[in-house]
Amino acid sequence: MEPALELDGVTKVFRTWDGKEFNAVDGVTLRVPRGQLFGFLGPNGAGKTTLLRLIHAFWPPTRGRLRVLGYDPATQGGELKARIGVAPQDNNLDPDFNVRRNLTTYARYFRLPRAEAARRADELLDFVGLKDKRREEIDTLSGGMKRRLVLARSLINEPDLILLDEPTTGLDPQARHLVWDKIRELRRRGTTILLTTHYMEEAELLCDDLVIMDGGKIHVQGRPADLIAKHVGRDVLELAFHPGSTPSVEDLRRLPGAADARIEIHADRAFVYHDDVESIAHQAKARFRLESSLVRRAGLEDVFLRLTGRQLRE
Amino acid sequence: MTFPLLFRRPRFSGHSHLVAWRNADVYFLAWKTDFLPPLLEPILWLVAIGYGLGTFIEDVEGVPYAEFLAPALLTLTALNASFFECSYGSFVRMYWQKTYDAIIATPVALDDVILGELLWAATKSVINAAIVLGVIAAFGLVHSWLILLALPVVFVAAFAFGAVGILTTSQAPNIDAFNYPMYLYVTPMWFLSGTFFPLTDELPPAFHFLAYTFPLTHATRIARGLNQGLITDDLLNSFLWLVLVGLVLTLLSINAMRQRLIK
Ligand SMILES: Nc1ncnc2c1ncn2[C@@H]1O[C@H](COP(=O)(O)OP(=O)(O)OP(=O)(O)O)[C@@H](O)[C@H]1O
Ligand SMILES: [Mg+2]
Repeated sequence: MEPALELDGVTKVFRTWDGKEFNAVDGVTLRVPRGQLFGFLGPNGAGKTTLLRLIHAFWPPTRGRLRVLGYDPATQGGELKARIGVAPQDNNLDPDFNVRRNLTTYARYFRLPRAEAARRADELLDFVGLKDKRREEIDTLSGGMKRRLVLARSLINEPDLILLDEPTTGLDPQARHLVWDKIRELRRRGTTILLTTHYMEEAELLCDDLVIMDGGKIHVQGRPADLIAKHVGRDVLELAFHPGSTPSVEDLRRLPGAADARIEIHADRAFVYHDDVESIAHQAKARFRLESSLVRRAGLEDVFLRLTGRQLRE
Repeated sequence: MTFPLLFRRPRFSGHSHLVAWRNADVYFLAWKTDFLPPLLEPILWLVAIGYGLGTFIEDVEGVPYAEFLAPALLTLTALNASFFECSYGSFVRMYWQKTYDAIIATPVALDDVILGELLWAATKSVINAAIVLGVIAAFGLVHSWLILLALPVVFVAAFAFGAVGILTTSQAPNIDAFNYPMYLYVTPMWFLSGTFFPLTDELPPAFHFLAYTFPLTHATRIARGLNQGLITDDLLNSFLWLVLVGLVLTLLSINAMRQRLIK
């Protein structure tokens, strides 16, 4: 079977208000096999949503080639969309209908027979825990309930490929765990899932494979554990210094055992990435005026911050 | 707007009726309030203008003023319904509710969405016109059964009315932008299309020229003729004109909307 996703040099050019061109997605080449749960990470404006929109034939790419589920989005948009489910970042639920009717109306766009649409709507409302809300108007739902309804709506056509753009943003911990369970359940059924998220523990927990994007480009691709091992090592030592007594990277590197560590300094904090940071922590306590020191397991967030920097994006 | 692209051939997937259906569902969910304006408005117009003002007016085109006015109320209602649905209504759906975005993530393509909006606007025009027809019949102002043919005429004319709404929606930065087509297109058309007074030969040629560019003029002539039991070549020409203008404006509006939404 063809892979779920094959992108080759995909680029999307937008114009800013003053007429300048910029690449929101910049030469993305990527292959995602069927059945994978694949993550797209990246700071605000990295191009994740734009890329997903190119994938589900919402916009045409400016350059490059896409194949999605074996279809060409440019010429087979209709067939492709019949097999895709989309949960967009901004909830575009239909405020003119109540909860259940949102699903049945959406089912009609896929030409599902009425009885089948009703059956799936009830099943999906159950699936996302909104059964009791089925007669509510959309405006009366909480933010998290809307997110769950959008997720349910994206499943109405029993898609082979699901695009989830920040499915858990704004969810409380209970709802988030519920959505994670649902996502894993879908994956077990063999559905390919593309997911964007700003929660690194979510990506670490769910994704088989992921990319970190910035400025429209893919920076790295890999399994979460491999990326952590490769880019930061096993542990992180976080040191906070008294104001004005922050040493330089070179000073820290002179500590025994720290010669091959990755070291970063931001304001009066230092981050030391290494497979064994315990002894370095000891040395640092003896040598510098520390406010605090913390040793913890490295995570995807460290990879993310290392690769995309700690500055805020415009 | 890129001009040549406005004439691009639309690609329909045969799903437009699903969009019209969605709008119809919304309409019938609130039918109690939706039915009221087309019922009350023509009564007011008839009482105030048709009979109130009409008593001071001699017969027009051989019929009492109220009977002259009645068929125009049918077409005016269609103009209102269609234009409002495709301007304020479409803008809210497109811009605030993101309804189009949600729909085009399904096999329904954008061209289908716009055609569906127009289909619904035309259907709503017919519903409202039928209500008005009931009102003028109750006032005893219907002369011929042929007036029933005014309903399909209204359906066709509604495309010309609605497509101008969609064209504006495609350019509107915000909802206030609809003041322009309201005051430059709808209001002049409303009053100057031979609706409230006949387009007699005494009027200057420039006036005639302007009036005959309005779809409402043609629709109203047809409705009036049908109410007198007439189908003339003249009226057939007006109908062909409506079909042609409706088709062209529909094409332009679909492509203008595509240019706005498909980046
Ligand atoms: N319709 C549009 N027209 C012009 N520029 C756009 C449009 N949509 C997005 N952009 C720009 O493209 C870039 C990428 O935006 P995109 O929404 O893809 O980012 P993202 O990675 O999804 O960010 P976030 O994490 O904030 O959701 C941004 O600079 C954004 O301003
Ligand atoms: Mg986004």
